[in-house]
Amino acid sequence: MSDWIIKVENLGKRYRLHHQQERRKYVALRDVISEKIMSLLPKRPSAASKDSPALPAGAETVVKRMPKNEDFWALKNVSFEIKQGEVVGIIGRNGAGKSTLLKVLSQITEPSEGSVRMRGRVASLLEVGTGFHPELTGRENIFLNGGILGMTRAEIRSRFDEIVAFAEVEKFLDTPVKRYSSGMYVRLAFAVAAHLEPEILIVDEVLAVGDAEFQKKCLGKMSEVANGGRTVLFVSHNLASLTALCSRGIVLNKGRVQAVGQLGYAIESYLNSGEKDGGRYVGEPNGKPFQIMAVEIYSLSQSGVHVSGQPLRIRVTIRCDRSNKQGCLSMQVTNHLNTPVLHFRAYDQGVFYGAKAGTSILECELPECWLNIGPHRLTLYLSDPPGAGGYETLTGVCPFEVDVRHAAAWFGWRPEACCYITNERWNNA
Amino acid sequence: MNERVFEPGGAKRLYWSDLWRFRELFYTLAWRDLAVRYKQTVIGVAWALIRPVLTMLVFTFLFGKLAKLPSDGAVPYSILVFVAMLPWQFFSTALSESSNSLIQNSNLISKVYFPRLIVPASSVITSFVDFAISFAILALLMAWFHYWPDWRVLTLPLFVALAFGASMGAGIWLCALNVEYRDFRYIVPFIVQFGLYISPVGFSSSIVPEKWRLLYSMNPMVGVIDGFRWALLRGEAELYWPGLIASIGITVFLGITGLWYFRKMERTFSDVI
Repeated sequence: MSDWIIKVENLGKRYRLHHQQERRKYVALRDVISEKIMSLLPKRPSAASKDSPALPAGAETVVKRMPKNEDFWALKNVSFEIKQGEVVGIIGRNGAGKSTLLKVLSQITEPSEGSVRMRGRVASLLEVGTGFHPELTGRENIFLNGGILGMTRAEIRSRFDEIVAFAEVEKFLDTPVKRYSSGMYVRLAFAVAAHLEPEILIVDEVLAVGDAEFQKKCLGKMSEVANGGRTVLFVSHNLASLTALCSRGIVLNKGRVQAVGQLGYAIESYLNSGEKDGGRYVGEPNGKPFQIMAVEIYSLSQSGVHVSGQPLRIRVTIRCDRSNKQGCLSMQVTNHLNTPVLHFRAYDQGVFYGAKAGTSILECELPECWLNIGPHRLTLYLSDPPGAGGYETLTGVCPFEVDVRHAAAWFGWRPEACCYITNERWNNA
Repeated sequence: MNERVFEPGGAKRLYWSDLWRFRELFYTLAWRDLAVRYKQTVIGVAWALIRPVLTMLVFTFLFGKLAKLPSDGAVPYSILVFVAMLPWQFFSTALSESSNSLIQNSNLISKVYFPRLIVPASSVITSFVDFAISFAILALLMAWFHYWPDWRVLTLPLFVALAFGASMGAGIWLCALNVEYRDFRYIVPFIVQFGLYISPVGFSSSIVPEKWRLLYSMNPMVGVIDGFRWALLRGEAELYWPGLIASIGITVFLGITGLWYFRKMERTFSDVI
């Protein structure tokens, strides 16, 4: 297949970690000096026994030798191909090697093994405002930053007005950047970078900073770039942005490729390797007469994802030390903004806990739950009928992700679109 | 479409075309360093003139008139010293600035790609701008004394190029070494200090005994400073040709080996810095 634009084969990146020798409990000057001299001499294979000079029997010494130089493979055996025009998301936990991969692709650091082939000009956004100097004005920094990112002065001049308009800092162009608010700073920095026109654009979690308005603008600009036929590599933890922008995904785990393929498949794979106890809560005994001991959303898929439109089933286990005439339980489902989207009240339907002492199990089922994409959590309220005591309020437990699968492939859902998706009907009248 | 291949130890061919592609960055980084210097000052760029002017005044009045230090023949003492100070200031600031340049710009090194050679080169260019300003002051000084150079001044550009080359060569070496071995941060000021004493700034090369002349000329600045004196002072100072050849040779050697070492270490810069 010769229409690739990026081809990575068996890429590996190794860092050497240096460990300090562990100290012994009795630190004699003689030992310190001899140790220093020993470390300068060439290592001998049978040095183990010779390194511990005669110590009194029974002396407590901790002689722990860590390997002096340990190899740490930030990336190992990474291989994939990216075709022109694809928008690829790179997903992984913190420390999986995503930033290292981007650094290698951006030619900032050299691979230790394997090869990377690229056909086209690359521009990377690994940080917002690279090279910005606080003493220089906004105008000067645009030229500086643009030059550092690879634009010629002529190119910057021709796009200057667009950049300023995107950043919305016309009034402050001639003030030193150190006087800018953080929002303005980040907007200006992104504006310059957004107007690069490379064949390959690499973006690393830069959208993590900035307010919601800014993030929306950035995503918008990046879709524009993607729609212009450029290849984009995008690293993010925000599954919603990834879904909105990317068609394919690469999942990294501890420096190795865990999955490569369509974005949905990649996200599944990523969530699968994540926390197994999403959608579950277990309580520690707190000495109250009534307590929620466990909450489980048992309708989630194997990877802990609720697919919008599927039934949502929640089971709540309550410990009852005595009986309660009318024990009231209610639950809320909150979204990424902590806004309650759904509110379930067991007592409205005459369902109470604590009919007798022991364990009460209440189950709640919503036959078709059309939550929107994004992270959601549960909040539970355990009490007596209103007016009497509240026993427990659990806020923000059982985190779970919602995925929307039925949407048109080229236009994803975003958490800001709505709280709840409806089942309306459209037709051409 | 040109294809780039990154492999361990590879990607050498495209470096020079990259240097050309990023040529504007030489100017941009140098301009940034100069612009930042005078931000939020009242006098602004005038500061660039004040130091050389003050130095010149000190030399003229203090050393020339008050101390009445003898000079070689008809050359006013202040001009004699100023002509030697000029390339030396260039060399010493270029050396100090470029050896620290990569570390100062470490945030760029770890986040953006461009040929790293541009960083020390742009600090040398910044020092060159200071040199040019001081040179203008020298011209004023000569006008004051009605002391004009003869035809030999046409060779001056060669000596300027030699000074530039020596600064670049030594600067690149120290820059690359400083990234890995931070000791050089302390060694460089010492080199500069020591260099001032073994270069013919405060004295004339003619006092160096014959048998040490060649060894003494291993210092590239000897050739430069002697050359400056020869070119600007109507041949009052004699040019020791073997010494000059030696200086040129050392400069070329420093430049080529410096480039080799820098390129070798460049691929580890972002990991080590």
